[in-house]
Formats: sequence, C-alpha cells, structure tokens
Amino acid sequence: MNWITNYVRPKINSLFSRRDVPENLWTKCPECGTMLFHRELADNLNVCTNCDHHMAITPRARFTALFDGGIFTEVKVPEPLADPLQFRDQKKYPDRMKAAQKATGEKEAMLVAEGEIARTPIVCAAQDFSFMGGSMGMYVGNAIVAAAERAVALKRPLVLFSAAGGARMQEGILSLMQMPRTTVAVQMLKEAGLPYIVVLTHPTTGGVTASYAMLGDVQIAEPNALICFAGPRVIEQTIREKLPEGFQRAEYLLDHGMLDRVTHRKALRDELVAILRMLTNQPPAITADLPAPEPQETPEETTPEAEAPAESAPAQAQAEDAKA
Amino acid sequence: MNYLEFEKPLAEIEGKAEELRAMARANKEMDIEKEAAALDRKAEQMLKDLYKDLTPWRKCQVARHPDRPHCKDYIEALFTEFTPLAGDRNFADDHAVMGGLARFDDQPVMVIGHEKGNDTKTRIERNFGMARPEGYRKAIRLMDLAHRFRLPVITLVDTPGAYPGKGAEERGQSEAIARSTQKCLEIGVPLISVIIGEGGSGGAVAFATANRVAMLEHSVYSVISPEGCASILWKDAEKMREAAEALRLTAQDLHKLGVIDRIIKEPLGGAHRARQETIASVGRAIEVMLKELSSKKPEALIRDRRQKFLDMGTKGLAA
Repeated sequence: MNWITNYVRPKINSLFSRRDVPENLWTKCPECGTMLFHRELADNLNVCTNCDHHMAITPRARFTALFDGGIFTEVKVPEPLADPLQFRDQKKYPDRMKAAQKATGEKEAMLVAEGEIARTPIVCAAQDFSFMGGSMGMYVGNAIVAAAERAVALKRPLVLFSAAGGARMQEGILSLMQMPRTTVAVQMLKEAGLPYIVVLTHPTTGGVTASYAMLGDVQIAEPNALICFAGPRVIEQTIREKLPEGFQRAEYLLDHGMLDRVTHRKALRDELVAILRMLTNQPPAITADLPAPEPQETPEETTPEAEAPAESAPAQAQAEDAKA
Repeated sequence: MNYLEFEKPLAEIEGKAEELRAMARANKEMDIEKEAAALDRKAEQMLKDLYKDLTPWRKCQVARHPDRPHCKDYIEALFTEFTPLAGDRNFADDHAVMGGLARFDDQPVMVIGHEKGNDTKTRIERNFGMARPEGYRKAIRLMDLAHRFRLPVITLVDTPGAYPGKGAEERGQSEAIARSTQKCLEIGVPLISVIIGEGGSGGAVAFATANRVAMLEHSVYSVISPEGCASILWKDAEKMREAAEALRLTAQDLHKLGVIDRIIKEPLGGAHRARQETIASVGRAIEVMLKELSSKKPEALIRDRRQKFLDMGTKGLAA
C-alpha cells in the first residue's frame, strides 16, 4: 500500500493546492436544502436557483453587480472615536471589532460608494450584516452622513441597502444617537431635492428600521426579508401568543401599507434605474449595448461630475435613434 | 412607601421607628421619642450612604420606582390650563402618551410626555408608558401644531421603550418613531426635553431629539434595557448589573459624553421621597432652558438642533 500514499496522494493534493479553490465550493440553501455551487450562486446574486431564497450578500459583491461594469469609487467615511465607552461584556469591544474585521475583511459595517448604474450617477450605501450584525454605531452613522453629504455635493440620488440587527449596544447611548443623526442626513437629501431610495434586506430591525431605513422616498424590500422594530421572539414573549405566518416579513409589510414594493434581487437593478430616472426626470435608460463611441464625439468633458454622464446618455440615445 | 430591594435595611429601621410611634399613640404613658429620634437619625445616615454612590443598576431601579412622580404629576403641578389633545387622526388615541396645550409661567406651550400610570388600573390603561405607533403619531401632530402657532414644545420622557406588540408592528412602529424623530428635527420652535425616569431606546429618542435635554439625577437613558443587553451579550438576563455598568446609562455619564445638557438634582433618597421638591426643581430647569432659547430665531433653532446631533459622539468618556 505504500506506493499509493507515496505516489497518488501527493499528486491529488498538489492538483488542488495549486489552484485557488475556495474552502466551501458548495453552499446549502437554508430554505430548501439544495446544494448550490459557489459560482452558480454568485452569478445568481446569492439567490437560491431552486427556491429563490435570498441569502446575504456583501456590500462589495452587491456593488460589483449593481454598478456599470462593476466599477465604483469608495466614498471616504470619517473615522469615529474607537470604543468611546470602554465597553466590556464577556469580551472587550475592540476585540470583537478585530474579530469582525478579520472575519469579513472589511473595516466596518457599512460601505459607501459612488458610480453609475445604467449610466445613472448615484451614491450608494450598503450595510454589511456579516459585520457584527450590521449594527449601527458611530461609524455607520458617519457613513450615512458622508453618503448624504456626497450625494448633495454631486447632486445625485442616494440608494441605501439596509441590513442590521439594530443599534450597536457596545456604543451604548452613542449608537442610539445615530437615530437622530442619520435622520439629519436624510433631511439633507430632502432639502436638496434628491431622491432617497431605501432597499430593506434581510434582516432590518430595531433602531435602524426606526430611523433612516424607514424614511425613504421609495421603500423597496427584498422578498421574505424580516423588517421590524421589535423582533418576533420579543413580541411572542410579551403577548404570549403565536404570531401569524409571515409576520414582519416583506410581503406582510407590503400588505399592511408599510412598503412600496417587494422586488426580487435579480430585478432590483432595473427597477432602481427606472425609478431613479423618472424621479430625476431623465429619459429611459438604454438597455441595449451602446454603439462604440466615435473618436470625435467623445471630447474630454469639462463639466464636473454629476451632469456629464446624465447628459451624455440622452445624447447617445439620440445618436442611436438617428442611425436606426 | 414602596422600598426597593437595596433599601431593605432602611425599610427595617424606618419600620421600627414607625412601630414605636404607633405603640406610643396607643399607650400615652410610653416615652419613646428619644429612641425613635435615634432611629430616624440612623435611617437618614443610611439613606445618605445608600444614595451617595448609586450603582447604575440601582439607578435603574430608582428610575423605575412606582412612587416616582410621573408625567401627569408634573403637568398638574407645573402647568396651568392644561388642555389635553387626543388622537392621531388615523387609528386611535394612545393613552401611554399624553399631550396638549398648556401654560408654563403663563406662556402658552405644547407639552407631551409618556405616562406610566400609578396603580394597576391606570398602569394597564397607560400600557406602562409603552407607546404604540398612535402615540408617536399624536406627538407628531402636536409638534406640528406647536410649530405652526409658534409654541415651544416641552417633552417629558419616561418610557421603558416602544410597545413590542403585534398590532404596533403591523401599524408601523418603526416608521412612526422615525417620523417623530424627524419632526423633532424640523420644528422651528424651542424643543426642550426632560428625562424624568426611564429613557428607553427609540421610544425616548422620538421625543428627546431636542435643543436642550435635561435628566433627573437618578434617571437613565439607554439604547437597550440592562436586562435586554445582558440576555443578548451575556446570554443571561441576570447579568443586568454588569450590563447597566457597561452601557453608561446614568445622567452623570451621559453628561460627560455630551449627550445631555443638564442634570437636575434630586432630593436625598430619590424623587419618590420628596415628590413636590423634585417637581419644583424640574420646573426651574425648564424655565432656565426656555429662557436660553427664547431669543433664537426659528432657523437658528433648527440649525443648532441638527448640528448638535451631527456633532454628537466626538468626545468620549475620557475627554
């Protein structure tokens, strides 16, 4: 048997180690149990191909799928004070932070970016549930304020994807104060006359729902997302009765008039583009591939940021019409 | 008198003194005054020691004391011509939130607050001070009214938090709280808030996003109850003492963090031992805060309020 261990095994091992293979090639859908191949799952935006269950997606993966060509620029978020309360439960707060940073490879629970979707310039913020439950502390507050300020400066709409268990307890009262703070950010957009679209993803609960996540001009949710202030467990304990099927899920909220739409993740991009372009009074987006720009037609635009792409889109649309 | 758990030894001494006096009343020949007076002195010393350095968890207990003056007591004592205004014009009137027109020092104002009730019947009627969406929507309506008629708004915060009920969620608890906070930030009149007992999470923020926020010495204001925090982070609701400590929910810590503007001193042994005295101190604080804001223009009030919350969190406890 010696020749097998000496000869065959090393060969198989080296074959695998040479390629960069993710640790888990297969993911089991928590809803229907189907085993999904990682590439297939990623192509389907982390939605189960069998039962349409929407699994969590990181802000980075979402932005890559959302923005044209997967290109976006991160918006800088001011650093808050680290561990302002010197909070300590069973672990120290800075240790919990380090563990989360290591596990996610992200700095904090929110990513802000600017870029274009179907040639529609936007600022976009997305919350990362895998980072300490997406909890809203001072960094997330800063991120939303920075996103709003950037959107106002560029005169662009803000699209926000929420996902959080609520306020970050480890920042105590200062996390609670992010409720009014982020509300101020929403007001900045309102006063500048810029659309603010919220996409609620699973789960959005607590102080996050009770502030910026419920103040959108248009409220969209992903299917079956849990959206609430008090969670179902707390309510069951309080009222001591079983809650109805689908309680506090996106479809339930839609039925009760709390949302505008429940939209499948795959259809979300087109829907956002349509809504944003109508709200900002722009012509419909071009869905087909654009013709290659002729050299003399694309001089370096000198108009700053926002206007340039917005105007170039209709211009090209007309060009295309003329050719047809 | 209701005694808190940590006041048990005090209850014993005060009980003994009371017993002696009762005996003396029944039997005129007994002379117990000397002994009773000694017990009184001992009780007072004990009260001083107990309240000198209340732990955060004890403060939570004091803040929830059933005999602590509640919103209704403040309104009755400090305001005249109180005219309650009811309803959210959509669904119902929430009895956990009381509000209406009133005069403070003859000046017309809008006063809004959480009311917990003071016996079983009123507590149930008031839902223990836990508002439902209608409560916040009523507050929004009243704040809007105050804004249009240029009346300062005074809010008295005393709530364990928003009510975790089925109907409350169905009718948009989160949206109601978010809009109430938003309304607080929009009104062009002075907005003053006093946390008189418990400032419980979102339910408190919806009223306390104010130009000036004051807190009674032994009241608390927190993102989550110590019990809730303990059960999540310690996986053990009995660890509420540790959680209360870690959350920094006392008036003293919040003042250091710059979250509140002023601490209102309570009489020895807490607000429940000298209710009228406490109410009068709160009245004086409201008067001072109103005066500070009286000359400000509507735009300045809105701008300052927003800036205050935008700047919050820049200084930690060490600062």
